[in-house]
Order: sequence, then C-alpha cells, then structure tokens
Amino acid sequence: MSRIDVKKTYKLYINGAFPRSESGRVYEVTNAKGAFIANPALASRKDLRDSVVAARGAFGKWSGSTAYLRGQIIYRIAEMLEGRREQFEAELKSTGDKTKITEAIDLIVWYAGWTDKLAALDGVTNPVSGPFYNFTTPEAMGVVGVVSKPTFLEFIDSLMAVIASGNTTVIVAPGALAIPAMSFAEVLATSDVPAGVINILTGKVDELAPWLASHMDIDGIDITGVKKQGELKVAAAENLKRVHSFTKLKNPARILAFMEAKTVWHTVGI
Amino acid sequence: MKFFGLVDGSESSLKSFLNNLPPVDQVGAEARAATLGTRSIKSSSKAWAIDTAISMVDLTTLEGADTPGKVKALCTKAVRPAPSDPSVPSVGAVCVYNDMVKVARTHLDAIGGAHIPVAAVSTAFPSGRASMAVKLQDTQDAIDAGATEIDMVIDRGAFLSGRLGEVFDEIVKIKEICGDKAHLKVIFETGELVTYDNVRKASYLAMLAGGDFIKTSTGKVAPAATPPVVMIMLEAVRDFREITGHQIGVKPAGGIRTTKDAIKQLVLVNETAGADWLNNKYFRLGASALLNDLLLQRMKLTDGYYESPNYVTLD
Amino acid sequence: MTFEYAPAPESKSVVKIEKEYGHFINGKFVKGKKHFATINPATEEVLSQIANGDKGDIDKAVQAAQVAYTKVWSKLSGAERGKYLYRIARILQERAREFAVLETMDNGKPIRETRDIDIPLVSAHFFYHAGWADKLDYVGVGSSPKAHGVVGQIIPWNFPLLMLAWKVAPALAAGNTVVLKPAETTPLTALLFAQVCQQAELPAGVVNIVTGAGETGAALVNHPGVSKIAFTGSTEVGKSIARAIADTKKVATLELGGKGANIVFEDAAIDQAVEGIVNGIFFNQGHVCCAGSRLLVQENIADEVIKKLQRRMEKIRLGDPLDKNTDIGAINSKAQLEKIKELAASGSAEGGEVWSPACELPKNGFWFAPTIFTGVTQAHRIAREEIFGPVLSVLTFRTPQEAIEKANNTPFGLSAGIWSEKGSKVLWTAQQLRAGVIWANTFNKFDPASPFGGYKESGWGREGGRHGLAAYLKAVK
Repeated sequence: MSRIDVKKTYKLYINGAFPRSESGRVYEVTNAKGAFIANPALASRKDLRDSVVAARGAFGKWSGSTAYLRGQIIYRIAEMLEGRREQFEAELKSTGDKTKITEAIDLIVWYAGWTDKLAALDGVTNPVSGPFYNFTTPEAMGVVGVVSKPTFLEFIDSLMAVIASGNTTVIVAPGALAIPAMSFAEVLATSDVPAGVINILTGKVDELAPWLASHMDIDGIDITGVKKQGELKVAAAENLKRVHSFTKLKNPARILAFMEAKTVWHTVGI
Repeated sequence: MKFFGLVDGSESSLKSFLNNLPPVDQVGAEARAATLGTRSIKSSSKAWAIDTAISMVDLTTLEGADTPGKVKALCTKAVRPAPSDPSVPSVGAVCVYNDMVKVARTHLDAIGGAHIPVAAVSTAFPSGRASMAVKLQDTQDAIDAGATEIDMVIDRGAFLSGRLGEVFDEIVKIKEICGDKAHLKVIFETGELVTYDNVRKASYLAMLAGGDFIKTSTGKVAPAATPPVVMIMLEAVRDFREITGHQIGVKPAGGIRTTKDAIKQLVLVNETAGADWLNNKYFRLGASALLNDLLLQRMKLTDGYYESPNYVTLD
Repeated sequence: MTFEYAPAPESKSVVKIEKEYGHFINGKFVKGKKHFATINPATEEVLSQIANGDKGDIDKAVQAAQVAYTKVWSKLSGAERGKYLYRIARILQERAREFAVLETMDNGKPIRETRDIDIPLVSAHFFYHAGWADKLDYVGVGSSPKAHGVVGQIIPWNFPLLMLAWKVAPALAAGNTVVLKPAETTPLTALLFAQVCQQAELPAGVVNIVTGAGETGAALVNHPGVSKIAFTGSTEVGKSIARAIADTKKVATLELGGKGANIVFEDAAIDQAVEGIVNGIFFNQGHVCCAGSRLLVQENIADEVIKKLQRRMEKIRLGDPLDKNTDIGAINSKAQLEKIKELAASGSAEGGEVWSPACELPKNGFWFAPTIFTGVTQAHRIAREEIFGPVLSVLTFRTPQEAIEKANNTPFGLSAGIWSEKGSKVLWTAQQLRAGVIWANTFNKFDPASPFGGYKESGWGREGGRHGLAAYLKAVK
C-alpha cells in the first residue's frame, strides 16, 4: 500500500505569522479537472485590517534599512525560491498557472538589483537660481495595497515592484493563486524579510478590494488585478491614495509609481 | 560687575562664551539685509533721514598726505556742511590720525565747533601690528592731544589664530586709558574676519571688554560696511542690551558713499536694533565722500531738480 | 526719534483694466453671457466685470484646444514650440511691472512680492520649460513620449499668474494644448496673459482661458475632450476631482493643502530662523499651501525664539499692497477673511494664547493682523486645519524624535522646515519628514528646476523640474 501524503493547510500570511482567517472561512481550490487541491483561507476585512496594522508597523524599519540590505534580502528570496523549484512547479501545474518558476526567480533577482539604483534613476540635483543646494530623491510611499492578477508571475512582479523601494504591503492573491502565493509566504518567512513587510491575503477580490481602497492608512494601491476600477478609485479618493495599474511586467515605472519625490533645499554659505 | 558677569576675562571663559553664541546663516542674513535694502524712503522721511545721516557722519581723513591745511578744511566743513544753509546740521565727529588731533581740536574750537568731538584712530591703525606698549602710547597721545573718541583696531592676527584672550586684554587696556575722557570704538576690519560668525564673536568680545562702539572697518580693506555685516552687529548690540542693560553704539565705515547707502544703513538700524539707536550717540557713519552726496540729495529734495557738484564745497 | 516711512506707492498708471472681460477662446476674446465683479481686496473697489463661463463656453474652449492640438501644436517640432515659450518668457519680462501692479491690485498681495518674487518666477518658468520642449526624450518617460492632448487646468487665487505659469509652461512644452480656468477672485493677470499669447503669436486655441467659479471648473473637469486635469487648490476640491475622473481615462495632478511644520532646533541660527518663521507664515498673507503654519520649537529655546519673533513681528508693515514698503497686504476675499477669523476664534476658544503686534488695519478692504498662537497642542484645530492666513500655531518639542512625530502627525505632507546648524541632524530630520518639499535653514523658496508637491493628502504628482514635466507626457506603449 502506498504512503498517504501529508497535505498542507493553506492559511494567511500576516505579520510574519500564518494565521487562519479570523472569520474561520475557507474556499475550495480545484485543479482544471475539478479535483480538490486545498481549502485556502477566505480572508475577511478584519484580516485586511490586521494586515495593514502589521504593514504600517514594519514600514519604518524596512524603508529605513539600507538599499543594499533590501537588495540582499530580496536576492535571498530568490535563493530560497530556487531551492524549492520543484514544489512550485508542481503547484503551478496543479492550478493551471502558466508561470515558469525560473522566470519568476529571475524576475526577483532583477528587482533585487533595483533597490540601490532607484535614486540614480529618479533622483536629481536641481540647479536652482540662488545659493542653495537642492536635490530630489525618490523614497518609499508607505503602505501599498496590491490586488494581483491571477498568475504567479504577475503576483511576483506586482509584489516586488512595491517592496523593492521600501514600501510595505498587503497583497491580495485571489482564487487559485492562493496555492503558490501561500507557499511563497513560506519562502518569505525563511528569507530574512522582516515580519509585516509583506502580508498576503487569499480570497475574493470583490470582497477585499473595496476595503483596501477605502482604508485610510494605506497610501497607494496597485489594482492591476481589478477589472472594474471606478468605484475603487472613488473610495481611494477619500485620502487621495495613489492608484495605479500596469500592463507591462518588469517595468521600473511600476516601482517609481509607488515612491514619493522628496525635494530638499539647503542654504550654501560660510 | 566686571565684564558684565558674563566672562572672567580668561581665555577659556571667553571661548566658552563666544563659541556658544548662536551661529549666523550667511544666506538668510544676506537675504534679510537685501530685503531691507528694498525699502523705499521718500519725501518727508527721506528729508529726515538725510539730516539724521549728516549728524551721524564721522567726517574722516586718513591719508598719508594729510596736512594741517587739509584737516582744517575738513573741520570747517564738519561744523557747517553747507555754508549757505544754516539748517544743515553739523556732523557727528571729525576723525583723523593721532598727529592731527591737536590741529583738528584747536581749529574746531576756533570756528565755533566746540560741540564736535575729535576722533583719533589708534593702536597702530590700520594694521594693528605693533607692540602693546606702542599701542597704549598711541592712545595716550591722542587723548592728551584732545581726542574724546578713540577708534582702535583689534589684532586680527590674534583673533584669527584663536588668541581671543589677547584681543580681549588689549581692548580692556585701551579702555582703561580712555577712562571717562574718551569713548572707545573698536574696529574689527570685518573684511579680514570674513565670516558673519566671526563678526558676531568679535562684536561680543569687544562689548564684553568695554568698548562703547563697535565699528566695522578701517576703510582700508574691502569689503567693509556691507549691509549684512552691519545688520549682524546691530543684532549684537540689540541682544547685548537685552542681556546686560548696556547700550553699545555701532559705526559702519568704508564703502558708504551715497545717500542711498546711508539710508539703507538707517533702515537697518530702524528695523534691527530699533529707534533707540537712531541718533549720533549710538550710530555713526564713517565716511568722507558721503557727506557731499547727502548735501546734493538734500538740495534736490528742497529744490525739486537734480543738482550739480559745483554747488557743494569740495571740502 | 522715530523713522516713519512716508507712503511709497507704486504707480497704477502702467495698468489698463477693461470694464469687462470675456473668455479667451481660440486666440480671441469672446463676449461672456453673465458676469461677476472682480474687486481689489485692499479697497473693495470693483476692478472689472468678468465673464462667468458655463458648459457651453467650456465646450467651445475644449473644442478649440482639440483642433489646435491635432492640426497645429502636435505637428510642430519641439524646437518650434520651445521658441513660442521663449517669446512668452521675454514678453513677460518686458511687461513685468505691469503684471506686478495688476496682480497686486487683483490679489491684495504686496507689490514687493509680485515685483520681486511672483513675476520673475513666472518668466523663469516659461524660460525653463522652453528649453525642455525639444528634449522630451530625456524627461524619463521613454523615448518619443506623447502629450496627453487637451489639458484642463484650474488654478487658485494665492499666486494667480505664478500658478498659471506652473501649469501652462510645462503643458505647452510637452506638446499639450490648454484650457485654463483662473480663480474667480483673481482672473485679471490670466486675462492679461492672454494678450501676451497674442503678442507672441501663439497659434489660436493652444491656450484658452475661461473665467468663472466652481461650476465652470467642474464643467472643465467633466468635459470628455479633456485628457488630463491639473489642479491647484483645496484638498476638498482635489478629492472631488479625483472622484469625478474615477471612471474615466483622465489622469490628474493635484497640488492641495498643507499644514507645514517649521522645526527650530536649539542649535539653529536663531536670527535667521526667526526670519524663516516670518517668511514661512506671513509671506503672501499666509495664503500659501506650503506655509510653515505650525512652528515646532525646541522647548529649551522656545521663550527666546518667541520673544525674538514677537519683536520681529512688530516691524512687519501691514497696509496698502501697492506701497513698496508693505510686507503684508490684504486678505484675498471676504470669504477667506471669515474663514481665518473663524479658525482664529477657535484657537482662542480652545485655550491657545493669542498675540498680535499693535497694528492698525485699514478701514476698507479685508485685513487680518499677523497673529501667533502659543500654548498650542496637537489637539487644537489650529494645529490641524489649514488656516491659509497669517496665523501661526506654536508648539514645542523636547527631542528630535518628538519633533518628527508631531510634524508627521497630519494627513497633509506638503512642506516642512528645519532650522539647525548641525548638518547630520538636518539630514536626519529631512529623511524622517513625510513631506514633498523640505526647506533646511530657509523657507518658501521656489524654482522652476525644483520639483514641488506633496505626500499623502497634499496631492498627486509634482510640478517643476523633470518630475513635473513628466506628468504632462505619457510613454509610448
């Protein structure tokens, strides 16, 4: 008789821990043929609220760490993922996700290299007319909410674009994306990413996105994974969240979209 | 209390006091002085300012070629700047080298200018490079000859090399010689001190040591009495009075040639130190050519047309 | 002895104001249907009757801008567009005095500021952006970036012509055409700018100006022919614009309110800090979105700073804005004056200690004496809400960390000031502050090369510099 598999329970990833949804709800994910894969957690607005608290708490340290360190940590994510390629290949295959795991790993490496070049890309000293030293630097915006499109590659792109600069995030991985996304949370938990920097919620876009858009302690949202965006934008206007969505992967503009330009003037004299 | 109870005269006490003064931001100081320079002074206020400026002029000749004749002419002009217009006030003082003090004093007394003090530049003016004995004797000579105002120079070399105690002692000793016979003006030569932080430190150093006036420059070095330098010194006397209750005068000298320059200085006084300094007891302008421009502008105000230098006296 | 400055009024003779103005559409002035008065807030004298634009006027203007965009402006090379901007910059320099006087009359701000700050910056903005027009490949949005098309621009009354320049110059340099709505209380310099466009022979329809109030602005925002909105004004209106365009393809840049913290550390250059505080809150009567309206002063120097500030405030000259010696002019409108009075009253009611220098206010016009409130805490309305007037709230702090916490404790994030002579502390503080523009040992400085704009609810995007220009371009997909 063959061995009985030990199956994984898919939970949420909030503040470095793996809680179940406070609502106690789950939903069924099946493969293309309709066979059961798992019952990931169906995250609620209260899970989202807790995630935002965690993300806000982690922001100071993550954005305040050196770009070099952030680059190292993101590269570490790639290393950890590389070591679990087979697991991800199997999961992606089972959920019908066309993402090549190697492509996702290489994409993470690409982002790891950006952390300490963003200032060179978008920073500038400004030749103002007067005795002042004046410079503009891009800096992290704060807490950014993300609603990912359904493939793992898109999930990685939207996530890395947001955290490379020093933002912390609450990312919604809808539907079957829950499977690779929550395995990815295990990768994060073992790769030096501080707790709270990345919080992953699985469940339904329709249920979670409006709370993300209306949350007053979120600074920006990437709603690439949402088709009807009008109402979310109306809700986001309440605290003037920066709202973006992107068509192209591997796009530096996606990183810069969730950064703020800070301009500093200082007198020059003796 | 000696030295206003703020320092004990030792090098270390001076350093700790002066190094704790709030610093000056060059850009901000220059911007403020420039803004005050855009004040537009017209009609009645201009007339008042011109007469006030005339009364503040320390009419000066400090040339190697000075002769008794030149000094006497200067004195005559000091008493009655415009011979045909008695409404023009006398100047604040006549300022000459040590050896001309007697000539100036005697002549002023002879022509009805007894009310005009004679100021003598002292302490190896303008460089200040002489032994202490020479500097003290220089000062004593001037007072003996009738000077009631002493314009001493500080030892910039000592100041810049950090020997603040030496600079301080020198002022204290000169002040002792002046006693109650002469007012002491302490010249910094701000063009050699270069930074506004140094100007502020020198101002406090001189005030603590007993100077009655602080003065920007000898007139021999440029830049001299620039508006920001004068503003920093006005802030110093303003704040010093706040701390000690003692009011010190300010004398910009060097580079003030036109009525416009002089009015800018008065605006600086008005808006920095305040009205208490708007008189020749507490504010003087070290100048020579300035007086004639003040006279020309005064005539323009009265007559309503532009004047020719032919109508004011050369000296 | 006292030194009284006799009045030194700038002559109004350089300015010719028409009895009535229409809209500037397609290169010509078009008669309006209904009108409202624009007044001199320093005298309440009616200066002119201004057309109140409706949907039809906006529609005509947008159509003219669309035609100008497709037929003329988008076909010109960047170099040629740039030459028009250079022309405009030069004409603005030539007519600088006229603009300065007119701005002072319509707005109430002192001639010293319009003459020395607003108008020189206006021509500088056109000059700066003129040079960008043929270098758009280097703006940072990819090669051969595209203009949006017709840009709808709505500007406030606090820096009427300067805000016009901030909007129009980059829009045109990037190749857009413009429909601009000036603020209802300060339309005159925009209408004079229309004449400058004519003198520069700018092609008809490239710049269109429709005057009016909020409804006119809403019509512009909602017009389907407009591809991008650029707005400067209140956060409240900014949010309504964000909502209005939510379900459209329109993009927007928003420059909104602020409650800037001006932080004075114990090791500051105190005299310059005092000047900076004065400049931070009393510049332009405090009608400045980036004003340093919250003074955060280290507790161990608070008494000295406040004393010096009060002494300095006694020298502030309030009065006729056209007098060259005036430092504080008139409040721009009766409505704004009421708002300032209401908030100031709340400051007193909530226990803040109010102080103003002895200051005689003119009988006619709208005036508010420079005012400081001490003993203010984070919980006071005057520490949280934008007053947009010459009213400073003074708070104290004990440590740098506390200063940062207080400075950042606001939904706004536009500006902040730092006063310290310790370089490492200045840079640390600048890093910690959540604000888009930080002035260290200076305040309220502006330059076309320097990006300006806020974090959080102070707006979207930047104006000025490469960052500002980028907002008027889109990448080729």
